[in-house]
Amino acid sequence: MKFGVIRFPGSCDEVDALLACKRFAEGELLWHGDRDLRGADAIVIPGGFSYGDYLRAGAIARFSPVMEAVREFALDGGPVLGICNGFQVLCEAGLLPGALLPNTSLRFVCRQVELVVENPNTPFTRACDEGDRLSVPVKHTTGRYYATEQALDELESDGHVLLRYAEGQNPNGSARDIAGVANSQKNVFGLMPHPEHAVDPLTGSADGGKLFESLVAHVEALAPA
Amino acid sequence: MKARVLIRPKEGILDPQGQTVERALPALGFEGVTDVRVGRMVELEVPDASRISEMCEKLLANPLIEDYEILVVER
Repeated sequence: MKFGVIRFPGSCDEVDALLACKRFAEGELLWHGDRDLRGADAIVIPGGFSYGDYLRAGAIARFSPVMEAVREFALDGGPVLGICNGFQVLCEAGLLPGALLPNTSLRFVCRQVELVVENPNTPFTRACDEGDRLSVPVKHTTGRYYATEQALDELESDGHVLLRYAEGQNPNGSARDIAGVANSQKNVFGLMPHPEHAVDPLTGSADGGKLFESLVAHVEALAPA
Repeated sequence: MKARVLIRPKEGILDPQGQTVERALPALGFEGVTDVRVGRMVELEVPDASRISEMCEKLLANPLIEDYEILVVER
């Protein structure tokens, strides 16, 4: 099982993401100008400031050659995980519903938060149980999840909200404490917190590893025996 | 021709920048100012204005969260 981690100009968490992937499977960095996903079984779009986040966070990255390949991969059912800027890119690309707005505080937030697993029946959360609490850091300025009320109702009723900030810990003003959402097929998932920074107890928590572990289990369950 | 696109947060979307500016104004003696919204302006030189709204829909604005207004300033 191999992860492909995309590197845009301005990405800054791709190396941590790759190291996190390599704890659970193989991994390779993919360049933004390259259309070839090199046989990756799952794609990670990492955090950072792709293309300087000019115009709006994630707005330019969605037009990169690699994103054309990611779009095809996703439409074909391939699992795609977007972290922080990766979440913003997926929303801008229309692969995920909603948008990320500046934090209500207008401040950069950097802190450990607790996330509650809302839906464990997806490729990204299958190593968790419903109600599990994961301790994972956030670090962003533009992380306030927004969708129309009607869209939020649909997301909630169809189990698209995979992770929520624990009560009282919403760091950015996100609607309904949403920390991460999936598309309707549940094969594309974006979240603002950084699971790749929480894979070693040395840094305070290894809970983020659950997402990578889930993806590996998902891909291996699909592979022919 | 030269055009300007004004982009602002959609009505109903919380605009903390606008709120901050609104709270700062009375401190300088500007009383009674409400509904401050902070957006951005994109200035463009284009061969013709007909495709600007398409540009807005696809790139310059995010129609889910932003409204845009196109002004032709010089023909």
